Amino acid sequence: MNRPFGTIILKTFCRYITPFILLYGIYVLIHGEFSPGGGFQAGAVLAFAVILGRLVQGDGARVNMSGNLGILTAAGGGLIFAAVGLMSIPFGGHLFNYGVYPLNMPADEMHPLGILGIEVGVTLCVMGVIIAIFDALTRKDELL
Amino acid sequence: MKLPLRALSVLGCLAMIAVLYTASTGFAEVGDPSSPASTHVSPRYIEHALKDTGSPNLVTAVLADYRGYDTLGETIVIFTGGAAALLILRAADKKNFFGGD
Repeated sequence: MNRPFGTIILKTFCRYITPFILLYGIYVLIHGEFSPGGGFQAGAVLAFAVILGRLVQGDGARVNMSGNLGILTAAGGGLIFAAVGLMSIPFGGHLFNYGVYPLNMPADEMHPLGILGIEVGVTLCVMGVIIAIFDALTRKDELL
Repeated sequence: MKLPLRALSVLGCLAMIAVLYTASTGFAEVGDPSSPASTHVSPRYIEHALKDTGSPNLVTAVLADYRGYDTLGETIVIFTGGAAALLILRAADKKNFFGGD
């Protein structure tokens, strides 16, 4: 969105609500292992924080991802996911067996770490895709 | 040239429908306690999930650990869909791409 349409009320609301949205997204991501939530939902919440800023504050939004950063973030998230899953093979485990990483902790404590790793990958992927599609829909005049 | 391809695709769809319908008649009933999924996989996951994965949430244990491979596929599907939508939307921005003016 090239032109911001925020009035003073919208801008103030956006400024106060954005940190809470980001915090809630991270909470949904990290706490997804114990409660409903997880990577897909957290990615949608985080992407909404960026899109809200883009709508209200325009291109100069504080929390922003500009240019091709959205789709690059999505690709990076997918790579993180695949890397965390595939890293167990060189250390002698099956695919997605997080218990074989060479870390100094018991195997059953490494599983939550691996789950968090792939959830981070999912979050980045979903967030990047949503922001990239929003960019493509709203920026008509920008070149590739 | 157009008609044989279209007829071919219709034939392909009908063959696929027949295969899928035939396969679906062999499924166990939903919730059948004597089906292989209920006697084999589910009890193992329910009994071992906490010890195996360290996650108190059974859904997360299956989604991200036992079936991490499936979730990798889902993530790749989302990325591929986003990339395809992006390419089409950006191509539509360029004038004359779809023969318009």
